[in-house]
Amino acid sequence: MQEVLAKAAEQATQHGATRILAVRLRIGGLSGVVPDALRSAFEVLSGATMAAGAALECELVEPVAWCPACQFEFAVNDLVYVCPRCEAFCPELRRGRELEITSLEIE
Amino acid sequence: MCATCGCNQPGPSRIDGQPADDIASPLVPSDEAEHAHLHVHADGTVHAHPHTHDHAHGEHHDHPHPHPSEHAKPGDVHEHEHRHADGTVHTHLHGNGHEHSHEHEQEHEHEHEQEQEQGNTASHARTIPLNQPILAANDRQAERNRGFFKAHGLLVLNVVSSPGSGKTTLIQKTIEALRGRLRVGVVVGDLETDHDAARLRSAGATAVQITTGTLCHLDAALVARAVTRLDLKTLDVLVIENVGNLVCPAAFDLGEDLRVVLLSVTEGEDKPLKYPPIFQNAHAVVVTKGDLGAACEFAREAALANIRRAAPGAAVFEVSARTGQGLEAWIGYLEGKVGRQ
Repeated sequence: MQEVLAKAAEQATQHGATRILAVRLRIGGLSGVVPDALRSAFEVLSGATMAAGAALECELVEPVAWCPACQFEFAVNDLVYVCPRCEAFCPELRRGRELEITSLEIE
Repeated sequence: MCATCGCNQPGPSRIDGQPADDIASPLVPSDEAEHAHLHVHADGTVHAHPHTHDHAHGEHHDHPHPHPSEHAKPGDVHEHEHRHADGTVHTHLHGNGHEHSHEHEQEHEHEHEQEQEQGNTASHARTIPLNQPILAANDRQAERNRGFFKAHGLLVLNVVSSPGSGKTTLIQKTIEALRGRLRVGVVVGDLETDHDAARLRSAGATAVQITTGTLCHLDAALVARAVTRLDLKTLDVLVIENVGNLVCPAAFDLGEDLRVVLLSVTEGEDKPLKYPPIFQNAHAVVVTKGDLGAACEFAREAALANIRRAAPGAAVFEVSARTGQGLEAWIGYLEGKVGRQ
């Protein structure tokens, strides 16, 4: 979260802002991030920064793997990606590990 | 603390006996540093840039630069990672406490949007799109390591397995087989003792021992500090022998080129199915202790099938370090990889 706030502040300042009104995050289901924990950390840490009082919006991304044999995407929710059609182990995770700042609302 | 399993007890990690945190590395940013510019040139030199870029990048040059820093060691500089709005990332290394007037000339292919808009008094809310990834600290450090290793033209292996699968013995035989052909340096991780490093030094490699005390895996920062004790310019191959553990190392990129997973015939044929994450990211899987297979009634075909299932795309080798069986193929694989750096 400190990383998120630091990057947000850096970007906001570069754009000449003095306040951050909202921080929008994209969080993959397998990123290891728990949105509630992130929210708590945000509330605690943002108070002393230009993001004080800002809203935190989290877009959750469902993890999806790719089976090259079946040419088929399937949702996964743990560390083993087994294709529901052919039962092969598919190591390619297409989405779900993200932790990104998608945008900031500033003034 | 290990973020994967939560294990954590007092006692610092040590590198060749010295507390790891006392070993400065140009790859690891210090806590107080805000700005730094790390340039790793093709010849492997790492140095700092003052912020008036009055020279072309890429040419070899000496920098006697002022370093208003509290660090006494000349090599210890501060690292700065620049993430720009357009998504480009570059890292620079220099002294701290300076003003950022980014006057980058034509040498930089990207643009800095650095105007500080003084007097922006209009209170209009606006949205700025970023789409900037926040990388976990270890991933960032691993990328710094990776860039550094590549600049030195090194082939880097991260060797993982359960405790006792034969990592050290295989590495020892590898060093001996490559003697006179490729120069090997080793970083070994264990909780305690320097037995492995000592063994590998006897085999002819330069070796650094990391003793983690309690940490169950190596991480990129520990590796970055440990390699300061090796003269990387004199090496062709860097082997990192991880702590014996098939679980936690999977989550910690060290900056390696090849992740090599060992599985001994005494461990059973279904291990790859039981420990998917570490196998999923393997570039190579080596089945070790082949000379004991018959005694264990090792289900070889089943094991190979499970390895192919859990580690699709990995190169698979079956060896006995003791008898030498299968080593030629393994060595050939490594030599082929070195050529491609």
